[in-house]
Amino acid sequence: MSENIIEAKDLRIFYGMNEAVKGVSFKIKKGEVTAVIGPSGCGKSTVLRSFNRMNDFISNIKITGGLSFEGDEIYGPKMDPAVIRRDIGMVFQRPNPFPKSIYKNIVWGPKINGYKHNWDELVEKALRRAALWDEVKDRLHDSALDLSGGQQQRLCIARTIAMSPKVILMDEPCSALDPKATARIEDLIGELKKRYTIVTVTHNMQQAARISDETAFFYEGELIEFGNTNELFTNPKEKRTEDYITGRFG
Amino acid sequence: MIAMAKSKALGTGIKLYLMACVSLTVVVSGSVIVLLGKESIEFFSQVPFFDFLFGSRWEPLLEPKSFGVLPLLSGTFLIVVGSISIALPFGLLIAIYLSEFASHRFRSIIKPALEILAGIPTVVYGYFALTFVTPILKSIWPETEVFNAASAFIVVGIMILPMVTSLSDDAFRALPSSLKEGAYALGATPLEVSIQVILPAASLRVWAAVILAISRAVGETMAVSIAAGANPKLTLNPLESIQTMTAYIVQVSMGDTPQGGVEYLTCFAVAGLLFVLTWSMNALGSHFIFAKGKN
Repeated sequence: MSENIIEAKDLRIFYGMNEAVKGVSFKIKKGEVTAVIGPSGCGKSTVLRSFNRMNDFISNIKITGGLSFEGDEIYGPKMDPAVIRRDIGMVFQRPNPFPKSIYKNIVWGPKINGYKHNWDELVEKALRRAALWDEVKDRLHDSALDLSGGQQQRLCIARTIAMSPKVILMDEPCSALDPKATARIEDLIGELKKRYTIVTVTHNMQQAARISDETAFFYEGELIEFGNTNELFTNPKEKRTEDYITGRFG
Repeated sequence: MIAMAKSKALGTGIKLYLMACVSLTVVVSGSVIVLLGKESIEFFSQVPFFDFLFGSRWEPLLEPKSFGVLPLLSGTFLIVVGSISIALPFGLLIAIYLSEFASHRFRSIIKPALEILAGIPTVVYGYFALTFVTPILKSIWPETEVFNAASAFIVVGIMILPMVTSLSDDAFRALPSSLKEGAYALGATPLEVSIQVILPAASLRVWAAVILAISRAVGETMAVSIAAGANPKLTLNPLESIQTMTAYIVQVSMGDTPQGGVEYLTCFAVAGLLFVLTWSMNALGSHFIFAKGKN
């Protein structure tokens, strides 16, 4: 039905001699929320961070196989990692706003990338889309570090939105937040999927079931099952998926 | 029971020994302050405080005697400003290069090399300035004197470079990696990340590094005694010979100045001033290092 935006073909990722991701192939559909689940150390974060080349900073990493974004090889020789990161934004496990004002947090990314905007408009739009505008509109020039953890995480989402990315990657975006802040981020993901393709890693299976259209289950570096979230949770094809989602291990 | 008693006695013994070590440092610092204070008070009973601090002629050993410390202060100032303007830009650039651009291998070679710079005896730096730097300066500016401030602050700059680099590098590395990742994830280049994110976020600790380096430059003695000369002159021309506060203290301590005279006491007044300067610098530096809040 919908087209694919990211495609992996026999993707393998090694840390030194250790094969962390063992030849996985999948297609991420445009405009959907894809949840990546699996126990700790299963390679799910490693896969996510390969989409926007955040693994480049690890010195002994080696990546083979195909991984493409809109048909272009992400690890192709001509690809500039800074360019791919404009289209594929990322929200991290812990809120990591810059120690600057709320306003500057949002305009910094577009500015360094040479985008031209009406900056006030951009800030308002990004904050509204991140459901943060009403809480901060009167203190845009206060330090971002004065915000609560949940607000900081929404600011990081706003900062990512301001780049007008096509894909937003989220690496356990709620793991450092309380249940209330988590619920707000989950609602927000529901809103954001209208405009962006979202891939989120989560430890929380209920969360994956609530927010995603598609779910990928990784186990020990292998992609065990990938499909419609409802089907995967109600009628898993693989025994290991069933064991994991029913809490028998993990 | 015996074993327990024994270990307890041992524990008390070690504790006493450690306390003695700690007390020793306090006693030494205390004695220095008392000695400097006592002799300085003696000096200021003979020379008015304002004549000392604001006088522009320093000739305590020649008639007519004059005790204006400004020429020595200007000498020290020249060395500090000159050496910092070498050490700060280069030190920061090296630290930025090491933290964001250098490969792991290159880093492991450069770091020890910098530590070697820090380990070279200062007297060697002095002769290096006199026999290597000064001739180069002379070939560029023929009016350069044999002893000159420029050669001295160039080597002092090299001397404090490792300090600026390694403290800044520590400051950069102490930042959470998530901060850098956040910047890279927005499509930033390594240069943008280091200049616009890392440097501002670490700025307090970088300032602390600069202040500690200044304090080191203020206190530097051997290299400036050898290379900058012994000519207390109120000047900002780096090609002339000057005298710093530390170099003056060396001159008096090594010379045949009779003990007890006012000439001899100058040494303590200058040392007192030096102590107040470096102590405030260090206090300011530590204040920045341990500053909480935005950093």
